[in-house]
Amino acid sequence: MAESELLNAYGYLTQPEVRFLDAAVERLIPTDDLGPGAKDAGVTCFIDRQLCSSWGSHGRMYRSGPWLEGTPEQGFQSRLTPQEIYRIGIQEINADCRGKYERPFDQLQPERRDEVLKALEKGEVELPSLSSKLFFDLLWRNTEEGFFADPLYGGNRGKAGWKLVGFPGVPSGAYKEHLGNPELYRAEPVSILDIRMKQAQADAQGFAKHIMLKQDGGK
Amino acid sequence: MKPVDAVVVGSGVVGSIMAMELANAGLKVLCLERGRMIDPQTDFVAPDTHDELKYDRHSDIFQNLSRETITFRNNMGQTALPMRELGSFKPGEMVGGTAAHWGGNARRFLPHDFEIRSKVTERYGKGFFPEDCTAQDWGVTWDEIEPYYDMFECIYGVHGKAGNLNGEIQPGGNPHEGPRSREYPNPPTHRTPQGEVFANAVSELGYVPFQGPGAGMTQDYQNLYKVMLLECNRGGFCSSHVCSQGAKANPLSAVLPALYKKENFELRPLCNVIKVNTDSTGKQATGVTYIDARGREVEQPASIVVLATYCFNNTRLLLLSGIGRPYDPQTGRGVVGRNYSYQTGGRVHAFFDDREFNPFIGGGMVNTSIDDFNGDVIDRSKLGFVGGAYVNVPNSGASPIKSKPLPHGTPRWGAEWKKAVAQNYRRVISVSLHGSCMSYRDRYLDLDPTYKDANGLPLLRMTFDWHENERKMLAWTYEKCVEIAKAMKPARYHAHAIPTKYSIVPYQSTHNVGGAVMGSDPSTSVVNKYLQSWDVPNLFVVGGSAFPQNAAQGPTETIGMLACWAADGIKENYLRKPGPMA
Repeated sequence: MAESELLNAYGYLTQPEVRFLDAAVERLIPTDDLGPGAKDAGVTCFIDRQLCSSWGSHGRMYRSGPWLEGTPEQGFQSRLTPQEIYRIGIQEINADCRGKYERPFDQLQPERRDEVLKALEKGEVELPSLSSKLFFDLLWRNTEEGFFADPLYGGNRGKAGWKLVGFPGVPSGAYKEHLGNPELYRAEPVSILDIRMKQAQADAQGFAKHIMLKQDGGK
Repeated sequence: MKPVDAVVVGSGVVGSIMAMELANAGLKVLCLERGRMIDPQTDFVAPDTHDELKYDRHSDIFQNLSRETITFRNNMGQTALPMRELGSFKPGEMVGGTAAHWGGNARRFLPHDFEIRSKVTERYGKGFFPEDCTAQDWGVTWDEIEPYYDMFECIYGVHGKAGNLNGEIQPGGNPHEGPRSREYPNPPTHRTPQGEVFANAVSELGYVPFQGPGAGMTQDYQNLYKVMLLECNRGGFCSSHVCSQGAKANPLSAVLPALYKKENFELRPLCNVIKVNTDSTGKQATGVTYIDARGREVEQPASIVVLATYCFNNTRLLLLSGIGRPYDPQTGRGVVGRNYSYQTGGRVHAFFDDREFNPFIGGGMVNTSIDDFNGDVIDRSKLGFVGGAYVNVPNSGASPIKSKPLPHGTPRWGAEWKKAVAQNYRRVISVSLHGSCMSYRDRYLDLDPTYKDANGLPLLRMTFDWHENERKMLAWTYEKCVEIAKAMKPARYHAHAIPTKYSIVPYQSTHNVGGAVMGSDPSTSVVNKYLQSWDVPNLFVVGGSAFPQNAAQGPTETIGMLACWAADGIKENYLRKPGPMA
């Protein structure tokens, strides 16, 4: 099946959760003059795939009790997995929004959504089952990962994150000649996905063959 | 199981070299590794290796905490809680160990570092060390160990330019380094444009810049074990990653290929050693017990036992085996778990409006450094701290999830954040400082009273926080770094805050040391200067665990040097006359 047909298929998230995340990540990294934001770059799809992976159930994390709160320096101590943090968090944040604004998060105006996100970030929203800061920190971490990880994980579509900063993706075999050279290296980014889908070429060592961009940033 | 001459626990930087050297001496050597077998030809192939999410965030080559972790607290008054997620450091779990995913920062310590207690006391008088500081001499001197630094560099193909050849200062190198018996095996890296900006600024301020040494090949290189390492392409993805080119020296690329050819060597992966066994006197090791992949408990007899694991497991295995007296912070007595230490670090970010760079080109430890704030170079009499730092501008290859420093005051997300990311990714130079960390009476490792691993054995407990001495050292070095950043004439710059408390959350360095330290006095060390257990003479405990405190430089080169030194001690002395060597 072609990658494009899978873009909007979700393995873990429910449709209301997809709507919540689309509405949240669009505010965290908005689409603007600089290019696509997180929603358009497929970050919700990225988060879904992460939640389907062993990370989504904290497969490689220590998960024995006793479960104590600890200090911030002692790090993550919640007994909830990422799957549970998203599922329970979204449900409880939507309930909070309905209580305050009579509609779920995704139906709020953009400015209102920013206010809610800021309150979550500061831990100011009292949720019954988890700290709102814990939810926000995980959401922001995954949003940033999804915007800049290789597109093979479902986010960074069109290499939007890499184009934004000028990161060429899979390195070229010619880098060592450029190490001491002040000339700016500008190339159309190449992803692992591109190479796997045969949309870009790699040399025998697996380095990308870059197509260079003109110095003014245009092709 | 059939007895072997030597069992080596761990196949990382220490285990691979110790196994090679003991096999070269004709011993039948068995290496037990808790992680899985690795074939770099199939496990680490480009382009899949150039995947930041897979290797830096979710890596299956780091320790699987679902089976074993440590517990952590800042001080003795707290309840230690398990490190549930990797953060501050990333121990490895596979054939090749932690060193398989190191960044390649291959620096020697300074002669001063090995005799820090005596040298500082000699120069500044008694009482210069903080009262509760337990930093001590290593029991070895520069002249003894220099040939083994040289040997390690010829195994790992280290690049650089000598700054001190047999006492004569050389242009282009680090003038503050200890005297070297010969040049580096490989030439230094080219200087990057960012390195050039730094070099000009520090020269103006009167410091001496040099290209920092590292283990990403600057040319094709056949090493001491006749293994070929290929020239590095400078494509980044080094630290947290394994190089698909085999251009970064590590156990997988530099040692194991030669070791696999030896008939008197066997590697058994997925064997997790849980105990060193001793005879009824407790003074002779009889071998080890391990749990294999199918969960069976197996006894492996051996004439010599070498613990060659990460600092945590070397210490934990001694505690689980009841070898050596556990350290008691109340009385200061006991040795196992004593002098746990870490490393300090910091950054000043300089942002340019009128300059852009290629931050993704680099890796293999390309950096431009100064060593003018380290060791015995500075006069500390008025500064009031022990230790120091080196400062450098590294070009490790900026991968975009984690390497996007932003000016202070930038919002954490939203349109302004996006604008700042687009503006700054290619316009920043990070002036990094890498500093020492002394050891203290109340910073130590022991067994946790509550939390257990997947085998039901107690986890190791870490009690650690920064001390005032390190904060003072950082504050002073930060001032110097800010002066350097200013001299680079950026549009804006900022220094990171000095942490008040140690946190296990953000990544800092995989440079944990101590817990089974070396020395010349059995009441303050676990092993003697030959890394031989004071209590059990046919047991050798080698690795970062042996550092009595940490110097400023990355520890890997010194860990590798200790492996060469310990192996030579066994070959030249112990095998001729088994028994205590000191």
